[in-house]
Amino acid sequence: MAKLSLRGVVKRFTDHTVCDGIDLDIESGQMVCLIGASGAGKSTLLRCINLLEPIEDGEIFLDGIDIAVPGLDPQAVRQRIGMVFQSFNLFPHMTAIENVMLAPRRVHRRPRQELLPEVTGLFTRFGLADHMHRYPDQLSGGQQQRVAIVRALAMKPELMLFDEITSALDPQLVGEVLDVLRLLKNSGMTMVLATHEMGFAREAADKVCFLKDGRILEEAHPKILFTAPCHPETAAFLARTLK
Amino acid sequence: MSGEGAVAGPVPSRRQVYEDRQRRRSLIIAAASTGAVAAAVMILIPRAPGWDRVQASFFNWDVFASTFPGLLGAFMTDVAIFAWCAPAIAVLGLLVALARDARSPALFPLRILGAAHTDIFRGVPVILTVYLIGFGIPGLGLPRPWNSPYIWGSLALTLTYSAYVAEIFRSGIESVHESQRAAAQSLGLSDRDSMRFVILPQAIRRVIPAQMNMLIALQKDVALLSFIGPVEIFRQAGVYKSLMANFTPYVGAAIIFLCITIPATRYTDHLLARQNRERS
Ligand SMILES: Nc1ncnc2c1ncn2[C@@H]1O[C@H](COP(=O)(O)OP(=O)(O)OP(=O)(O)O)[C@@H](O)[C@H]1O
Ligand SMILES: [Mg+2]
Repeated sequence: MAKLSLRGVVKRFTDHTVCDGIDLDIESGQMVCLIGASGAGKSTLLRCINLLEPIEDGEIFLDGIDIAVPGLDPQAVRQRIGMVFQSFNLFPHMTAIENVMLAPRRVHRRPRQELLPEVTGLFTRFGLADHMHRYPDQLSGGQQQRVAIVRALAMKPELMLFDEITSALDPQLVGEVLDVLRLLKNSGMTMVLATHEMGFAREAADKVCFLKDGRILEEAHPKILFTAPCHPETAAFLARTLK
Repeated sequence: MSGEGAVAGPVPSRRQVYEDRQRRRSLIIAAASTGAVAAAVMILIPRAPGWDRVQASFFNWDVFASTFPGLLGAFMTDVAIFAWCAPAIAVLGLLVALARDARSPALFPLRILGAAHTDIFRGVPVILTVYLIGFGIPGLGLPRPWNSPYIWGSLALTLTYSAYVAEIFRSGIESVHESQRAAAQSLGLSDRDSMRFVILPQAIRRVIPAQMNMLIALQKDVALLSFIGPVEIFRQAGVYKSLMANFTPYVGAAIIFLCITIPATRYTDHLLARQNRERS
């Protein structure tokens, strides 16, 4: 049984269909990359998985249980799924460690003292021990994104969603964030990424999906998709982005 | 480039010399033009045909000196009314702002109430609200102390000002970036916790300068309560005016208000400027 399965997911904004019947299976511990031109629907698909957007039609199975049933409390589902966005992730009025502790304290009702060793451990593991008590505007963009990842991990998610988390960064900061993703993959986390980092997708992904106009036109292992794409649209997209 | 060393060293750079000269020049010009205007005012105004009469009835030093302490005492009433209205306004304003954005259907009546409150009290002149509530409710024949104009006048101010304050809070809430809400939700926080720990602290910080302006306006509008009874500074000045047949007490009252409002306004401008700098 796959960790996450999408069946015929449809998302519409008024008359504009942004996800047009998406089927996708992600096994436990896999890293899946969504690629595609701007507006293809990558962000929207991730937001649907996290129930930030209600879907019009289809099913989303997390561990075999449909989480997209209308009327279900989305809060419990979101606690099991971590998400990191392109920018404006951190709460600017809180220090890094307060950012990380907020959800475990409020949602899991765990006291600060009990959390402290665990959270400190996370900061250390991701090379952020010196920055725990800084405010977001005192951190570089790369550090901010890493704190955002730590914040999501502090909720002990079973699945992590990343929406182009490096695309607002200066090029020299991209590497440190990708290193964190590698670390996370090696620890066995199940991950879905929307990304423009083709090099990274090629090297680290277990599966790459090419989206166009709200459909997955092609999905394959990166070795196959990047070297011998089946679909002419995929080939055209890769030719445009890789040149 | 003259380089960093030239700036730090004992010999001023060419640019520094030039800028110093420019600064001295503008200082002299500003002083001269201010002096000319002041001289013109001082020479021309006393030549106006009614100046002697105006001076005697508005700027009479003896009247000023004898009434000023009394005015200051009466101003303490204004300060007291302000001191209990301001927190009440902040709390009610925040509650109305939250009620107007409440999504749960059970809270629908609150939403309507909030909308009605903002529409009504922003649409009626403050003085009318003060009259209607200040005379109307005690007119029901309530027993002491519930017939006090202090209570109902303060309520009128609180209702009016909280309507404006609520709208400012709402604009602050809306100004917080949408992804902050998404980030809070994606962590599994409830809507309530997202609002309380993520959205509101940012929203409130952003609207502090705007709310300061409301406080300054409130400080002045406290004087409106004089129309329904309380002997605060404006009414006290009126009493002195009748007693001494002289308008100088009003000038004294204006000076007391300015002593509060000018520094407060300057401070607010300073906060606003700093906020704009931070955001750019
Ligand atoms: N809240 C919304 N209301 C209406 N339309 C929306 C909304 N959010 C997204 N869209 C539309 O959905 C389409 C897909 O957007 P989405 O952000 O998912 O694309 P994307 O693949 O993530 O693109 P990018 O690479 O630029 O991030 C776009 O045409 C966008 O205009
Ligand atoms: Mg996107």
